[in-house]
Amino acid sequence: MSKLYMKGNEAIVEGALRAGLEGFFSYPITPASEIIETFASKYFADREREKRGEKPLYPKFRVFMQMESELASINAVMGGASIGCRVMTASSSPGISLKQEGISYIAACELPCVIVNIMRGGPGLGSIQPEQGDYFQAVKGGGHGDYRLIVLAPNSVQEMAEHTMLLFNLTNKYRNPGMLLADGYLGQMKESLEFPEVPIEEYEKPWAAGNMELDGEQHTIEFLFLTPEPMVEAKKRLLEKYKTIEANEVRYETYKVDDAKIIVTAFGTPSRVAKAAVDLAREKGIKVGLVRPITLWPFPYKIYTNLTSNQVDRVLVVELSFGQFVEDVRLGVEGRAEVRLFPKFGGIVPTEEEVLEKIMELV
Amino acid sequence: MRVSALIPKYPEPETYVGRTHYCPGCGHATLHKILGEVIDELGIRKKVILVEPVGCSVLALRYLKVDGIQGPHGRAPAIATAVKRLKPEKIVLTYQGDGDLAAIGTNEILHAANRGELFSVIFVNNAVYGMTGGQMAPTTLIGQKSTTTPTGRMIEYAGYPLRICELLNTLDAPVYLERVSLYDVEQIARARAALKKAITNQIEKKGFSLVEVLSNCPTNWKMTPEESWRFVKEEMTKIFPLGIFRDR
Repeated sequence: MSKLYMKGNEAIVEGALRAGLEGFFSYPITPASEIIETFASKYFADREREKRGEKPLYPKFRVFMQMESELASINAVMGGASIGCRVMTASSSPGISLKQEGISYIAACELPCVIVNIMRGGPGLGSIQPEQGDYFQAVKGGGHGDYRLIVLAPNSVQEMAEHTMLLFNLTNKYRNPGMLLADGYLGQMKESLEFPEVPIEEYEKPWAAGNMELDGEQHTIEFLFLTPEPMVEAKKRLLEKYKTIEANEVRYETYKVDDAKIIVTAFGTPSRVAKAAVDLAREKGIKVGLVRPITLWPFPYKIYTNLTSNQVDRVLVVELSFGQFVEDVRLGVEGRAEVRLFPKFGGIVPTEEEVLEKIMELV
Repeated sequence: MRVSALIPKYPEPETYVGRTHYCPGCGHATLHKILGEVIDELGIRKKVILVEPVGCSVLALRYLKVDGIQGPHGRAPAIATAVKRLKPEKIVLTYQGDGDLAAIGTNEILHAANRGELFSVIFVNNAVYGMTGGQMAPTTLIGQKSTTTPTGRMIEYAGYPLRICELLNTLDAPVYLERVSLYDVEQIARARAALKKAITNQIEKKGFSLVEVLSNCPTNWKMTPEESWRFVKEEMTKIFPLGIFRDR
C-alpha cells in the first residue's frame, strides 16, 4: 500500500469513506473545519464525475450536507442512523457541547454513528489551540441521563484514519454511538500514513425505521416510557450492553513497562511527548514505561491495577487540562501507587524535557 | 333485500387504529384519523416514515401504524432532511406542534423550508403548550390566558403571535403552504384535502409542503370542546387567516 501524506482531519475523511460512509452532516468550526471541507470537495468532485458520465469514486457516499447548526447536524445524523445508514458528524468542543442533546437521544435509541471531536481550548469560546478538557464530557456522558459512548483516542495521523474505521465497526457491532476524541494538534498535524486494510464489518439492521416494506412490521425508533417498569427493563438491556463492551473492547498500548518502577500515562498528543520522555529517562537508567489508553471508554482500569499491584509505585499523568483523565487513572491505581499530575492547559503542549523533569522528580 | 346491502362498504382503515389518549374534544385524534385515511387512500403506508414531535402527539406512532422516529423537541425537520435525502423513495412526514415547530425548532423548520426539502410537514397550531400543562406558545393570542401569562399575553412582554405560513411564504423554495382548521365538517374535509395535496407534492417530487392546522386545547383553554372550536373559528382565524399562501 502506497504512503499518503495528509492532515489528521483529512485522514479522518479518508478513513470514513473507506468504511463505507453514506451521509455526512456538519457545521464548520476551527480546528475541525478541514473535515467538512474535505468531505465537500470529495462529494462534489464525484457529482462532477457523474455529470461527465464517469463513475463516482465513492458511490456509497451519497449525502453531504452543511447543516444550519450543530443541533441540526446531530439530528440529521440521528435520522440517517435511524434508517440504518452509515452516518457521521464532526466538530470541535463548543460545537460538541451543542450536540449533547442529540447524542443522548441517539444513545437512548441505540443508533450507531460516529461523532468526531477535534478538541480546542475551553471553557466557553476559549481558544483554537489544543486542549483535552472535553474528557469528562466524552467519557462520562455530556448529555442528560445514563449512557455511554465508545470513545477512541488516536495519537497519530495514521490512527486518525484507522480509528475512524474501527469506530464504524464498533458502533455498528454494538448499536451504540461512538466518539473519536482527538486534540487540535492531531487534526492540524500533517504526517505520512499507510492505509491498512481494516476489514469493514457489515451488520444486519432489522430494527431500522423503513423496514416495513421488507417485513410488514412497524419499526419505530423511540425511547419514551409512560410507566417505570418497561423503562427499567429497557435500561437493564442498555446496562448489559455497556458491560459487554467493557468486557470485550478495552484497548491500550504499553511501552517499556516490564521492568518499570514508574509509569507515565497520557492519551492523544501528550502520549507521544511522554513516550519520547520515557526514552530520555531510560538513557539515564531510570526504569520508566508508558501506558497509553486507546479506548477512553471502556477505560483500561485493569492495566493500571495490574502494574501498580506489582512493581510500579509511581504514576505520572500528563494531560492538557486541569486534570480529568487523572481521575480514571486513580480509580485504576486504587491507592497502590503515588499518582502525580502534570497538567498543561491553555493550549500549550509540554516538551519532552518538561516531562523528563517531572519523571526525575518522582525518582 | 337485506338492510346491510344498502350500507356502502368502506375499506377497513389500515393506518389509523384509533382509541387515542387525547383529551375529549381534542383535534389531534381527528387529524390522526384523516391523515391515516389519506395514507390509506394513496396506498403508501409501508413507505411512510413519520417523525413525531415532543408534545401531546409524541405517541402518534401508537395510533398511526407506520414506521417512524421520535426525535428531540423541535428537531424533526433536521431528522427528516437526512431520512429523505438518504432514502428518497420513502414518504417522509413530520407532525409537529406549535411549541415544537414555532419555538424551540424555528431554526430547523426555517432552514429545511428554505432548502426546499422534499418532505411534508403537518403543523398543529393550538396556541398553547398542551402536554406540559398550558403554558404560552409563540402562537398564543394577545390577551389569551395561559399558565405563564396568567393575566393574558401582553405584547410588551411576549411580542406577537408568530405566523408560520406567512413567515415561510417569504422564502423562495416552498411549493405549498396552506392553513386549514378542524372546527367543522367542511373545514375537516378541507384539511384532509390539504394533507393529500402536501403528500402528493412529495410523491411528485415537487418540493417542500407545509399544512398548518388550527386546532384546539379544551383542557388547557379551560373550555368545553364546543366553546373551544368556537374560539378557533371566531378568534384564532382573525390572527391566523385560513387559506392557501403558496401553491406552485
